[in-house]
Amino acid sequence: MTDVKAKITEFLAGHFKNHDLADDEDIFASGYVNSLFVMQLVLMIEREFAITVEDEDLDFANFRSVNALVDFVSRKRAVPVAS
Amino acid sequence: MRVGVESLSDRHAKAMESFLEFTASRIAPYAGDWDNARRLPRDVISALGEAGHLGALVPAEYGGSGMDLIEFGLLNEAIGTGCSSVRSVVTVHSMVCRAVQRWGSREQRERWLPRLASGEWVGAFALSEPGAGNDAARIGTTARRDGEHYVLDGTKKWITYAQAADVFLVFGHDEGRFAAFLVERDTPGLTVVPIDDVLGTRASMLAELRFTGCRVPRTALLGRVGFGLSAVATDALEIGRYSVAWGSVGLAQACLEASVRYAGERRQFGAPLIKHQLIQRLITDMATSVSAARLLCVQAGELKSADHPDAVTAVWMAKYFASTAASRAASDAVQIQGANGCDPAGSAQRLFRDAKIAEIIEGSTQIQQTTIASLVSQAGAGED
Ligand SMILES: Cc1cc2nc3c(=O)[nH]c(=O)nc-3n(C[C@H](O)[C@H](O)[C@H](O)COP(=O)(O)OP(=O)(O)OC[C@H]3O[C@@H](n4cnc5c(N)ncnc54)[C@H](O)[C@@H]3O)c2cc1C
Repeated sequence: MTDVKAKITEFLAGHFKNHDLADDEDIFASGYVNSLFVMQLVLMIEREFAITVEDEDLDFANFRSVNALVDFVSRKRAVPVAS
Repeated sequence: MRVGVESLSDRHAKAMESFLEFTASRIAPYAGDWDNARRLPRDVISALGEAGHLGALVPAEYGGSGMDLIEFGLLNEAIGTGCSSVRSVVTVHSMVCRAVQRWGSREQRERWLPRLASGEWVGAFALSEPGAGNDAARIGTTARRDGEHYVLDGTKKWITYAQAADVFLVFGHDEGRFAAFLVERDTPGLTVVPIDDVLGTRASMLAELRFTGCRVPRTALLGRVGFGLSAVATDALEIGRYSVAWGSVGLAQACLEASVRYAGERRQFGAPLIKHQLIQRLITDMATSVSAARLLCVQAGELKSADHPDAVTAVWMAKYFASTAASRAASDAVQIQGANGCDPAGSAQRLFRDAKIAEIIEGSTQIQQTTIASLVSQAGAGED
């Protein structure tokens, strides 16, 4: 998971210049982000972690902070062994 | 006269050949008539559907032709050489297909995608309003939840092909939370008011949409409430921007071909125009910028196919460069043809009017000029 967190933090650092984002800080409350950012974030997550962000994943709770993103990615990557 | 891109596969080259043939036989000869008539006949839409061009971005399982993004780009370039009104319809329809495919539930995909792919239904994209253009977050259309329905109220303006489209992707908000809805044409409470005689893409059949207490079932909601702009619209607009970028390459290519032909035939001061150095310079700039624009489009398509985060920037760059290059090319094409370039029976004046539109839609030139700077400064910030 540290790997996932490192990648997410690195990506966000590019967008939050001069601002150290705390792990549980609300990304959207910061006023730094716009809709293009959301799309870049979704693209980055899909590509880096080989998951697909689907309709039912569209919930700000999944994207709100570094911790929320790490949780979301780990849930998406946990594939059930038998269905 | 079309300087192609060597790195494209044989499959892409063959696809382009067939798209250009389709354009030469079914579109280009009639573009002037459609522009004059201010409308596209339904049979050109049917022909696009039969050829699989309306299902370009729809996977085969829903009856689409499942093109990759480069192939889709080439389709837009080819159609853009013939008629920007037709290309505009392909743009907005493909944006709707993309949105249903990307964000739709299985039921929504099954209901809409096969019809959209075949061309039985045409989709339109309804975001802009009288008070909200580039600043899309200012839209005033409301979508109020009422039990198993949403009730839409508001006005959409400048909606391409809305005079004839069968389903509209409409954006509204519920107390600031944006949402996207698929609204079928015959829904009570929706009135379509044609807008004719726009400056360019005159045959693209724009209309205003008025929603008054328009009730749509919950199943019309695409994606989740709160993500209508940040996910559904932004993603669809990126496809639109990509399509307009390639379409602009096609338009500029048409300008180049018309200019070279005319400059070779027209004689003034004892020589064909092409022998005069100032005309050579115009044609050199036109040919070079068409090729540069095409390469930026290929770059955008490749990055986007790889889901690369830089794709966002690359698509903006491609659209910015290609649309401004097309505007310059069209202006120079009129210049090279002099009075004949202003002749209503000729194509140059239509290309000139159509090119201006590409600088306004899917993010105007000024918005490109500010957004690209902010995108590249973000990307750089993490690297040093
Ligand atoms: C032919 C045609 C077809 C269209 N089809 C559709 C469609 O199918 N669906 C749809 O939803 N909409 C459609 N539109 C509308 C189109 O998307 C808008 O026109 C576009 O978003 C620009 O908005 P606006 O015209 O309100 O201009 P505004 O946003 O009001 O801008 C006016 C001018 O100010 C500049 N400007 C604005 N903000 C800034 C800034 N921050 N900094 C510097 N300059 C700025 C712009 O570049 C522009 O030059 C269409 C328009 C046309 C002309």
